[in-house]
Amino acid sequence: MVSENDVLHIAKLADIGIAMSELGEFTEQFNAILGYFNILDNLTTDGDFDCPLVNVFREDKVGIPLSQKKALANSHNPENGYIRAPRVI
Amino acid sequence: MTNEEMNVIIGLEVHCQLNTSSKLFCACSADFRGDAPNTHTCPVCLGLPGTLPVLNKRAIEYALKVAKAFNCVVLEKSEFCRKNYFYPDLVKAYQITMGDNPLAVGGYVEIEDDAGNPKIINLTRIHVEEDPGRLVHMGNREYGHYTLVDYNRSGIPLIEMVTEPELSSPKEARRFLNKLRAMLEYLDVFDPEKEGAIRVDANISIKGHERVEIKNISSYKGVEKALIFEITRQKNLINRGGTIVRETRHFQEGKGTTISARSKETATDYRYFPEPDLPIICVADWIKDIISPELPDARRDRFMQQYGITANHAKTLTGDLKLAEFYETIADVGAAITASWTADILIGELNYRDMSLGIVAPHASEFKDLVTLIRDKKITDKAGIEVLRVWLDNLRTGTKMEKPTKIVERLNLARESGEHLRGIVEQILASNPQAIIDHKTRKKGALNFIVGQVVKETRGKFDPREIHAMIAEFVGK
Amino acid sequence: MSDAYNAFLSDIEIPSSAAGPLAGIRVAVKDNISTKNIPTTCASKMLLGYIPPYDAHAVELLKAAGATIAGKTNMDEFGMGTTTENSAFGPTLNPRDTTRVTGGSSGGSAAVVAAGIVRMALGSDTGGSIRCPASYCGIVGLKPTYGRVSRYGLIAYANSFEQIGPMAANVTDVARLFSVIAGGDHRDSTSVDKPYDFTELHASVEGKIIGIPKEYFGEGIDTNIAKIIETSIDKFEELGAVTLEVSLPSLQYALSAYYITCTCEASSNLGRFDGVRYGPKPEMTNLWHDAYTKIRETGFGPEVRRRILLGTFALSTGYYGKYYVKAQHAKQLIRHDFRRVLTDCDLLAGPTMPGIAPKIGELVDDPLRMYQTDILTIPANIAGIPAISLPCGTFHGMPVGLQLMGKIFGEEVLLNAALAFEEMT
Repeated sequence: MVSENDVLHIAKLADIGIAMSELGEFTEQFNAILGYFNILDNLTTDGDFDCPLVNVFREDKVGIPLSQKKALANSHNPENGYIRAPRVI
Repeated sequence: MTNEEMNVIIGLEVHCQLNTSSKLFCACSADFRGDAPNTHTCPVCLGLPGTLPVLNKRAIEYALKVAKAFNCVVLEKSEFCRKNYFYPDLVKAYQITMGDNPLAVGGYVEIEDDAGNPKIINLTRIHVEEDPGRLVHMGNREYGHYTLVDYNRSGIPLIEMVTEPELSSPKEARRFLNKLRAMLEYLDVFDPEKEGAIRVDANISIKGHERVEIKNISSYKGVEKALIFEITRQKNLINRGGTIVRETRHFQEGKGTTISARSKETATDYRYFPEPDLPIICVADWIKDIISPELPDARRDRFMQQYGITANHAKTLTGDLKLAEFYETIADVGAAITASWTADILIGELNYRDMSLGIVAPHASEFKDLVTLIRDKKITDKAGIEVLRVWLDNLRTGTKMEKPTKIVERLNLARESGEHLRGIVEQILASNPQAIIDHKTRKKGALNFIVGQVVKETRGKFDPREIHAMIAEFVGK
Repeated sequence: MSDAYNAFLSDIEIPSSAAGPLAGIRVAVKDNISTKNIPTTCASKMLLGYIPPYDAHAVELLKAAGATIAGKTNMDEFGMGTTTENSAFGPTLNPRDTTRVTGGSSGGSAAVVAAGIVRMALGSDTGGSIRCPASYCGIVGLKPTYGRVSRYGLIAYANSFEQIGPMAANVTDVARLFSVIAGGDHRDSTSVDKPYDFTELHASVEGKIIGIPKEYFGEGIDTNIAKIIETSIDKFEELGAVTLEVSLPSLQYALSAYYITCTCEASSNLGRFDGVRYGPKPEMTNLWHDAYTKIRETGFGPEVRRRILLGTFALSTGYYGKYYVKAQHAKQLIRHDFRRVLTDCDLLAGPTMPGIAPKIGELVDDPLRMYQTDILTIPANIAGIPAISLPCGTFHGMPVGLQLMGKIFGEEVLLNAALAFEEMT
């Protein structure tokens, strides 16, 4: 069982805001879903994983980049060619 | 407990940019330095929705070259993973890196310990990952702070090399990094001249205490400084009865100190899982086809054998690929004299000027002319140094392109001998009678003063031995 | 609402002058497929205002084949849903009964085809997102073999399961559209160069062995639906095929394996929406984590946030082994099971959905019950095999879909059988 506190911890880890009004319902749904997942607890396999594809590479060739204008086109208030972001310090 | 009794344990995680032409997962040029921000990007390295990574084969080949040179074991199956964390320089909110199944494990490299004895440093692993973008902090308290981001660096290939915690001092750590740097340069997978091409995280602890991680030291010279500061901090704390807490600290390059990172960052859970957009790689059998170039240790041994130079000269000259190549292009002037003028004098003068060999290397033939003049006794050692200094200053400022031979001419430094010297010696002796008296009363070093005066007067154009002999003619031995 | 069913999120048309197999044909594109210079939102507020500077590989191929891009279609936000009710822009209404859902997540694409607004549409299928709405709206939808169509430009929800696929009113048009989009792409490392040759399409199922997995007729399946499907399967015998009851015991793990894997991948895929490079503007003077948390709270709908939280939890320290690792083992068991039965059989048949399209609003508050309606479509995504949903009858006036599954890269056999069935009914 996960508690409302657990859900809040995960929300913090995920950087996802949860309104206090949603918390009870989220926790309840969480427990229902996680309870369903418990079916996997007894599962065992030999761990032999098939991997249909291996070693997919590209050659080290330089292609044409986006123009600076296009690179910035979807960003907000770029400054001198830089993309603006919230402060980190 | 005294400081001497506290054993220091250091482990390093070294990130080096591989000098491929294109980025790790897209075709954008990896040669971005000096270019305007966000001019080396595409939908992939901007992390635009719907884009997918495609692995640059050369990056894996380069990493394998490194793995072979460091005697690592390449895994049968390697797997890229996502390391999830949120930061504006990380376009996808995850870094594609390697987790439980890296490219290679184990391996080792030999360095010297602080007593000069050989010491093996073991590696834990080598893996390949992508570099994030670059942040610039802007604004001020009054109008608010914000961040500017340049994604030109986003997706540059890195190898991360992790050592076992086996380094015992900051000096040892520096020697390890010098060795690593030299080897990567010899392998031609890395360009040490590029700013930020090597970045280091250090784990450091005092035996019996918790370990502290210092993140993102962005110059290899900074590593020794950061470690010295951190060891002192930890030892002082222990001596005062304090407790070292397990934490991440940031090195402040300007101040030379480390500060604690916020606890929020250290609590990060990276939630690694295999990268579903990239198939696994199985390249263990490629290793047999990789031809390793001659590496620093082998070249050092060859230099000693082939050129008959001292171990110290050979070590210095081979500690940097460009220096070794520089030496070899001019060694035919005379192996010993060239070794001495390169390893002892040129390097000293370059360091004094904070110049790199890169500026001098294209003009190797001019330096060769200079050493030839000295070898042929056309100029004295002293004049040689004067010419070297003028020549280097010219190269540094780029003002004048004057060859050493021209400098000798212009400054009239060609070595002289014979009768012209006699007159000068006579004159100096005449104006320094006390020195002669001192000499006659067996005062030690009295004549050195006279020799110095003559050298000064002749601007080093005469061989000091000839000056000695001439003075002896006048005043007796 | 730009149309009666709220099926289009953007109806900007891009005509192509190229002569090709789709010349003159209007094709709608699900809004999680990147279209150059046309807004691409994934039906999320998080991508409002985003205009991609590039086309998805499949869209490039459509244009080169002469198709007119007829607009972008509604969907569950980021593909997370089975009804298209999780769109930030309101649900798409089922053209067969506008009080009912279209199914999802490619509900808009299914609706525009079912309503006859366009002839063909691209959807994407992560756990049934093409087949479910095809079934509920009475059209044909194909989920290709994993890797047969490039995912380049498909905005990722669960990378290891999803494929872009064709939707149309009949098998021939599905095959025609599939022939345009199938094939390798160097920009998708998981793509495989297996083109599909449309001229090979012919109605044929004679001599094929069709496996009937008993798990597809078990608990939770509406018995009326099961009966319609059984009748349909009988028709294959009339066409000269042989049916064989088979069992896939590992399917008991399928729903858990699927939802764990896809929420884990989604929690990572959706981290990039921070408003910095595209999307709604974050509060620049806030601290990064505060601005980021806020934009994710307001930008994502409840189902998206629920899945991000579930995935974050399942990947976190202490739970990775219990959830993610176990899910991969379950996935492996399921793949082995399918490989085994598809050695004995050429095709598998069963219902696409356990029931008909529910009423709008019926399932929104019960995510687990909603997840459980995916139980019959998810296995093909886990196994990586191709699967198609075909209309095969009605119940309460609503369409019922027959699901056929084939061998890896066995779309040729699958489409030929589907065409034979279609021609007979």
